[in-house]
Amino acid sequence: MSALTLEGVAKRFGSLVAVDNVSLTVLKGTFVCLLGPSGCGKTTLLRLIAGLEAPSAGRILLDGTDVTGLPTHRRDFGMVFQSLALFPHLNVRDNIAYPLRIRGAAKTEWESRVGELLELVHLQDHGERPVSRLSGGQRQRVAIARALAVSPRLFLLDEPLSALDAKLREAMQVELRQLQQKLGITTIVVTHDQREAMTMADLVVVMGNGRIHQAAAPVDIYRKPANAFVADFIGSTNLLDIAADGSGRALFDGVPLPGVTLPAGVGRARLSIRPEDVRLTAPETAALTGRVTFLRDLGGTVETFVEAADTTIVAVSTRRERVRAAAGDPIGIQLPAEACVVLTR
Amino acid sequence: MRREPARTFSDLLPLLFPAAMLVVFFVIPFGIMIAVSFFRRQQGGFYTVDFVIANYERFLTPFFGDVLGFSLFLAAAVAVCCVLLALPFTSFLAGCSRRVQVVWLVGILAILSLSEVIIGFAWSTLFSRTAGIGNLLSALDLMETPKALLPGFGAVLTGMIYQALPFTILLLYPSLMRLDPSLLEAARTLGASPMRGFVSVVVPALRHTIAATLIMVFVFALGSYLLPQILGRPQHWTLSVLITDQAIYQSNMPFAAAMAVFLVLISLALVGLVLLVGGRREAAR
Repeated sequence: MSALTLEGVAKRFGSLVAVDNVSLTVLKGTFVCLLGPSGCGKTTLLRLIAGLEAPSAGRILLDGTDVTGLPTHRRDFGMVFQSLALFPHLNVRDNIAYPLRIRGAAKTEWESRVGELLELVHLQDHGERPVSRLSGGQRQRVAIARALAVSPRLFLLDEPLSALDAKLREAMQVELRQLQQKLGITTIVVTHDQREAMTMADLVVVMGNGRIHQAAAPVDIYRKPANAFVADFIGSTNLLDIAADGSGRALFDGVPLPGVTLPAGVGRARLSIRPEDVRLTAPETAALTGRVTFLRDLGGTVETFVEAADTTIVAVSTRRERVRAAAGDPIGIQLPAEACVVLTR
Repeated sequence: MRREPARTFSDLLPLLFPAAMLVVFFVIPFGIMIAVSFFRRQQGGFYTVDFVIANYERFLTPFFGDVLGFSLFLAAAVAVCCVLLALPFTSFLAGCSRRVQVVWLVGILAILSLSEVIIGFAWSTLFSRTAGIGNLLSALDLMETPKALLPGFGAVLTGMIYQALPFTILLLYPSLMRLDPSLLEAARTLGASPMRGFVSVVVPALRHTIAATLIMVFVFALGSYLLPQILGRPQHWTLSVLITDQAIYQSNMPFAAAMAVFLVLISLALVGLVLLVGGRREAAR
C-alpha cells in the first residue's frame, strides 16, 4: 500500500523552478533517500511534503487522502531539520515532550512516552540536561526522538547527519536504518551523500534540476543508471560516445563492442561503464586499444587512465590483476558487455 | 573567548583616554550632584555647603511618592507595550528579503532621529480637535463629533510608545536575525499552530533579549521629560518634569539633585533586581 503519493508537484520561486513536475509513489514502511547535488530541489521537495511550502502545482496524497492544503501542524509528520532546531530554552526531556504537550497529553502519559523515547535513542540518563550541553551525536538523537514522539505518519529528515564527523555519521546511518526497520515507519531522508543513500535506503530518488532522474533500489541505481546524469552522479563512471552499425550493434571509435547493442532506430548513444569493470589487457589481444596517460597507485588499488579516441577511460584494478604498463605504453581495453549500460538520453 | 589579563602599564594605555573622559564628564558631575543633594537650600537664592538629609525626606510626602510611582508605572507601561508591538513586527521583518529590511530599518532610524519636541508637537496636532485624527474618525462614523484626544494618559502613552518603538525594534532586530528560522518551523511540524509556536518557542528562546530590551526601554522612557508636559495633564507629569521644575523655576538645586540621584538609584535597583532574578532562574535550571 502506498503511504505517500506525489502527483505532478511543482514549486516555483519567481522565475526559478525549484521542483519541476515531480511524481512519486512511496510504499508504506519504506526508507526513501532523496539524493542529488546541492540546489537540485530535494530540500524544497521535502518542505513541500512537510507543508512548510505550498506547491505551485500538483497534489500530495497521504494514504489516499489529499493533504496538499492541510497546514503543517495538522499533518502529524515528524521532521528533523538540518540545524536540528532543538529548542534552546528546554532540556532534553521537555524538547521530546513538546509535541505531546502541545497536543494536550496528560503528565503521566507524556512522561512515560518520553521515557520510552529516551530509551529508544539511548539517552536514558540525559533527560534533565540542557540541550546546549550535549554532543553532536546526542543532539541528533534528541531531534530524532522528538520527531518520533507522536508516532508520525511520515518521518522526514533534511540532511540530518551533515553536521557530524565522518566516523559518527557512518555509525548514525546504520543506527537510523535499524531504528526505521524496528518501527516500520515510512521515512524520507534528503542527502547529497551517495554513500549515505546507499547505506540506508530501500528506494533512492536521484534528483537534478528539480526533476527526478531515477527512482530505484540502490543496486539498480548503481548498476543500471537511467541516464548520464545518474551514472555520473552515483559513483564514478566512464561515459563513451557510441554509434550503431547497420544491425544495431555498438561501435566505439569504429571498433565493434561485442554483445552491446543499441535500441532499434537509435543511431548514437552513450555507454556507461564503471572503472572497476574495465579490463586492461596486452594490446595485441584486444580489438580496442589506447595509450596509458597516467597511473595513480593508491596502494590497495591502481587507477589507470587510458586515452582512446579522444576519450579518457579510467580503469580501477587491484594490485593482483594490474597489467604491467607505464605512462605512454599502448594497452588493450576490454569492455565486458554485462557491465555496459547504454544511455540513449 | 578568553582575554589575557593586562600585565604592564603600557597594556592599559589605550584605556586611559576613555577612562579620563568618563571620569571628567560623568563621574565628577555625578559626584557633584550627589554632594549638592545634601546641601542646604537658601530661600530665593543658591545653596550653602552643608550636610542635611531634608531633601531626601521630602520624597516621603504623598505628592512625590505619587509622582515617583506614576513615573515608574509609565516607563514600565511604555516598555511592555513597545516590546509587545515590536516583537511580532521585528520577527516578521527578520523573515523579509534583505531589500525590504533595509527600507524598513532606514525608516525606523529616521523616526529615531526625530527630537522629542517634534514628536510631541506632531502628536499634539494629530490629537487636536481642529486638525487631528478625530476628524478622520468622525468622517468614518467611528466618533460622533471631532473631539480633542489630548491632554490625557492615552496621548502621553501613545507619544512615548511612538518615540521608544524604533529603539525597541533596533534592540530586538539582531537577536531575531540570529534566531534559527527552523525553530518555528520545527514547532509547526511538531503540532503547534504558527501563533502557538511563536509564543511557546520563539518568545522563550529570546527571553534574555526580551528582558534586556524591557530594561533598556524602561530606562529610556524613565527620562522622558517633554512628552508628558505637551500631551498630558499635570497628574501625568513624571519625576523628570519635577526635577526640571525644581532646578530651573524654583531654583531649588539641592532638592532637584536629590531627586535626580534618587531616580538613578531606583533605575539601577530595578535593573539589578531583574538581572538578579534572571540569574537565579538561570542558576536553578
